[in-house]
Amino acid sequence: MKWALILGLLLLPSGGLAAAQDAGEAPFLAPPGEVEAGDTPNDGGGSITVEWATVPGAVEYRIERAAVEPDGARGDFAEIGTASELMESYADTEVAAGSAYVYRVVAIDAGGNEAASNPVGPARSRPQWFNGDLTGVALAVMAFLIVVGWYIRRARRGETLFIRRIAGLEAVEEAVGRATEMGRAVLYIPGTGRMEDIATVASMNILGEIAKKTAEYGTPIRVPNRDPVVYTVSREVVKGAYTGAGRPDAYDPESVFFLVENALAYAAAVDGIMVREKPATNFLLGAFHAESLILAEVGASTGAIQISGTDQVPQLPFFVVACDYTLMGEELYAASAYLAREPLMLGALKGQDMGKLLFMILLALGSIFSLITGLDAGWLLSTAGY
Amino acid sequence: MKDKLPLILMIVAGFFGLTDRFLPHPVAEGFNQYLRDTLLRIISAFALILGLGNLILRHVNKIQHKGDGWRHSYTLLISFFAASVIGLFGGVSGELWFPTRIGNFQFDITTIYFQMLIPLGATMFSMLAFYMASAAYRSFRARSWLAVLLLGAAFVVMLGQVPLGHQIWSGIPEVSQWIMEVPNTAAKRGIELGITLGILATFLKILTGIERSWMGGGK
Repeated sequence: MKWALILGLLLLPSGGLAAAQDAGEAPFLAPPGEVEAGDTPNDGGGSITVEWATVPGAVEYRIERAAVEPDGARGDFAEIGTASELMESYADTEVAAGSAYVYRVVAIDAGGNEAASNPVGPARSRPQWFNGDLTGVALAVMAFLIVVGWYIRRARRGETLFIRRIAGLEAVEEAVGRATEMGRAVLYIPGTGRMEDIATVASMNILGEIAKKTAEYGTPIRVPNRDPVVYTVSREVVKGAYTGAGRPDAYDPESVFFLVENALAYAAAVDGIMVREKPATNFLLGAFHAESLILAEVGASTGAIQISGTDQVPQLPFFVVACDYTLMGEELYAASAYLAREPLMLGALKGQDMGKLLFMILLALGSIFSLITGLDAGWLLSTAGY
Repeated sequence: MKDKLPLILMIVAGFFGLTDRFLPHPVAEGFNQYLRDTLLRIISAFALILGLGNLILRHVNKIQHKGDGWRHSYTLLISFFAASVIGLFGGVSGELWFPTRIGNFQFDITTIYFQMLIPLGATMFSMLAFYMASAAYRSFRARSWLAVLLLGAAFVVMLGQVPLGHQIWSGIPEVSQWIMEVPNTAAKRGIELGITLGILATFLKILTGIERSWMGGGK
């Protein structure tokens, strides 16, 4: 009897807990721990990140904020957002840079019970001058620029640099010569991009070199433009090229003209020029979008020799099938240096190639290490029976 | 000075353009935004006047000298001036004093845009389908082993996109997906890497004054 009483006393608490659970009472909900609030790193200010450790039983967290006045007085807490049960941080982007705020995180369980953390802070947001997340990218950019700069320096010293052959650019001389022999014009299409597109800048550089050749050969050149800013630049480039070639008298002010801003209307107008005037050579160099094939196919149907180039990867297959030569991506940026054959520009081109080689080696090494790690973690472990 | 001023302006603008992603500070971002949104718009507005002036003069000259297709120039000039008058004095949706409706016939700028410009653009765009077919026909002719490879890959990818491919063999959509995700993505990334390095090299060439063709007049 005495032993039965002792056993009964020992079982009483667990029996009580089981009874409470059976009755559907919620277990104790702890407030979120390790709550911290601080400036969100690597941004322009205006953001404070609140972090916390999740607690068992919580299905949602409510983040509350209270402003701190300059005299230290704290305002009332107000909800600024919610986070799901799996989240451990919240970025408050509705703060004024430099102002102080206090935060607290409230855990909420399925039954609606709440447990608030102690307030943390005050925290202030500050703008950063440098985005530390991009340190690796910045270093890679600097390394590449140093490589290019080093080759430019070598070229300045008068070293002869070997440059790989680019078929599309080798053909430029032949293409302009063909137009001269046939007594027809060269049509230069600088793309449908804006002047702020780097491909358009590259196109302007190439235009200068091609216009020099047409000036030397006395071949008419036609440059239709879609963007008014590109039009003004291309006009100056062609005019300058004719002056540079010693033929300012041969420059025709009507050779460079503005057509229309709408890209498809521009394509229709250029197609009309191709069909009516039948230029012997078409250059399609710059930023092109959906209209690339409309231009290239019509050009091909007129029998013109076509040299194209763009940095818009989706348009490259269209150019490859419809044009005689295509400058792919970086070849567009190499073109002006290749055509000018000036030592300094060739130095930059050589640096560009060497930089690419460097990145290719790094990529190959990365792939090999990744493969080895993959084999180690995957194939090797499974083979070993893990 | 004629050469140096544009170069200095370019170096300042180029530096902020390059460092845009690296400097999140509001001062740097604000300056960048000012360059892009304000200054560039002012330049564009003036350039547009130059461009339109060039367009009008060219077609007026064409009519005067009876150049090739000079009659079409009338179409352009009449359309240009009619649209300008309707837009300037009739407002975007005919809310200004110029009448943009005769009975049920409406001709305000919004109507012109949606009822004329958009369908005309769609007509041009729809021609792409035919151009794609003719380009595909030329490129898929199996004249070399590379062309055969291209033809084979294209055939599998196309079959993988339609239910028939799955009916022939259930693995075709997977092979098609693999072609798109592995060799295609690898080639695309290679080209994109080259483009990025090309952009940086071009930036350096312009920044150091080696490349000056864009200023006109060469060296």
